[in-house]
Amino acid sequence: MLEFNHVAIALGKQVLSRDLCMQLSPGQLHVIIGPNGTGKTSLLRALFGELPLQEGTIRFNGRTLADLGANRWRQQFGYMPQNNQLELELSVLEVVVLGRLQSLKLRLSDDDLRAAMTALQSLGMAHLADRPMSTLSGGQRQMVLFAQVLLREPQIMLLDEPVSALDLQHQMQLMEHLHHQTRLRNWISLVVLHDLNLAAQFADQLIVLADGRLQAMGPPSEVLTEALISQLYQVPVQIHHDDAGLPYIRTLRRAS
Amino acid sequence: MAEVAMLEQALVQQRQREARRWRFLAAFIVLIVITLLLDIATGPSQLPLLDVVQTLWSPANTDAMTRTIVIEMRLPIALMALVVGAALGLGGAQMQTLLDNPLASPFTLGIAAAAGFGAALALVVNNLFGLESLLSIPLGAFFFSMLAASMLFGLALMRHVNSQTIILAGIALLFLFQSLLSLLQFVSSPELNQQIVFWLFGSLMRTTWDSLTITFVVTLGCSVLLYRDAWKLTCLRLGEARARSLGVNINALRIKTLVLVALMTATAISFVGIIGFIGLVAPHIGRMLIGEDQRFLIPLSALCGAAMLSMSSVISKSIVPGALFPIGIVTAIIGVPFFIWLILGRGRKHA
Repeated sequence: MLEFNHVAIALGKQVLSRDLCMQLSPGQLHVIIGPNGTGKTSLLRALFGELPLQEGTIRFNGRTLADLGANRWRQQFGYMPQNNQLELELSVLEVVVLGRLQSLKLRLSDDDLRAAMTALQSLGMAHLADRPMSTLSGGQRQMVLFAQVLLREPQIMLLDEPVSALDLQHQMQLMEHLHHQTRLRNWISLVVLHDLNLAAQFADQLIVLADGRLQAMGPPSEVLTEALISQLYQVPVQIHHDDAGLPYIRTLRRAS
Repeated sequence: MAEVAMLEQALVQQRQREARRWRFLAAFIVLIVITLLLDIATGPSQLPLLDVVQTLWSPANTDAMTRTIVIEMRLPIALMALVVGAALGLGGAQMQTLLDNPLASPFTLGIAAAAGFGAALALVVNNLFGLESLLSIPLGAFFFSMLAASMLFGLALMRHVNSQTIILAGIALLFLFQSLLSLLQFVSSPELNQQIVFWLFGSLMRTTWDSLTITFVVTLGCSVLLYRDAWKLTCLRLGEARARSLGVNINALRIKTLVLVALMTATAISFVGIIGFIGLVAPHIGRMLIGEDQRFLIPLSALCGAAMLSMSSVISKSIVPGALFPIGIVTAIIGVPFFIWLILGRGRKHA
């Protein structure tokens, strides 16, 4: 159980979020949505221990970062930051294997390499293993870095816009895999997404942030309302429901 | 079944990649042995390579003259070229890694300029008080280059200071110490000025077995300590946020690496004077050949620096037979055209 208790996050003097209270459960995929600049990324960074909390506490299974120390706290996380600009002369396999940094010996063991290969295979990226990272497309890099995070065998998954550069096929592949693994390995997954339909399709819990506050939290079918989305993004929308009862969103053009 | 085959194939490919990197290391070791022998053979009295090998192999069986030239006069200098080259090459490589910038080197970050000022100051002070202490010059150089480096450490420790800020500060230090040096030169006598200028050129000729031993021990110690962080340094190339997410303590790694690099390069520069260029270029050549895997880049950038300085030493003695050009001048003059050819060639390959 991951608990946020009246958390406030600030970057320098600017307060990014305040009074956040929520509980995240294992085996659940949580998707954070909200307009640009509302502290989604800083929430992940604060959780990972990169930004200090101004107020409040974050506890994982009853313990805080201060209890565990930064290194042990961070070991529980698989964290995939935004921005995948990598001009790197390393092979894809080598980049993935770095996910095991904590236990790598100077000689890469067959075991480490097999684990990295398996992670790549589970994402359908095995054919790239031998390629230099610098020759990959943005989307391919994103998938490779996701494989790297998988290799950390975390308890909490933090993914910051993991599908931003991916085509439809790879978006689905990544989200399906994440959803499946979250259930299988009992991860607490926290994903920042901008695509509301993708969010509605995969989220167990939607976390809506705006103006540094938690606006709503719950299953997509409860949280996604025309009123909330229109107000959040200042764009008129219609919300429909598919055969499975999941909401999907249609933006409306303003009459000009 | 196909998946298992693919997995095994990837393993084989990885091992091949590592074997290829090993071959580059081996090739450079061979190259270094050759340049070392050439370096010993070259000089005012040219020795046949065979004599050099024979003298090194069994000093007792060669005539006293050759033995003195080879073992006592040229061997320490030739070895110093290797050690200093290695220190500068590896130092430059890690500054570039740490600051994520291909322009970083002991020279561009002001460490060399600080050493130059320190040495000049020692010369001026010696002159003022009529001292003849040879030790004070490397000590002065070392003190000021560590001072410059510690200003950079201070910055690296501060929150919200990124790599670019550190580089800008380094360049500012470069200008500061150059101005201070000019000031010293401006106020000192022409004779003293000449001594200062001569030190600034950078020369291996001042080498003694003592200075060689100190430089070697420091360089070796720092290299071993750096090598233990090979994987962490590799992660750093993924970007700071990602390295942190993999569990690297960025600040600790930054400080530790900066201290080791400063120690290593300051020691080398203090004994031989300012030798630019190698710290900038050797790492690039290493990276072009084997990529960013620090397990190989650390030794290769050191070997590459060693080979470059050793070759420069040979050339500095061969341009005008019998005359000695300061090696600090030679490295850049012959190195720059080669380097430009290299980066242009790389651009073509990628295009």
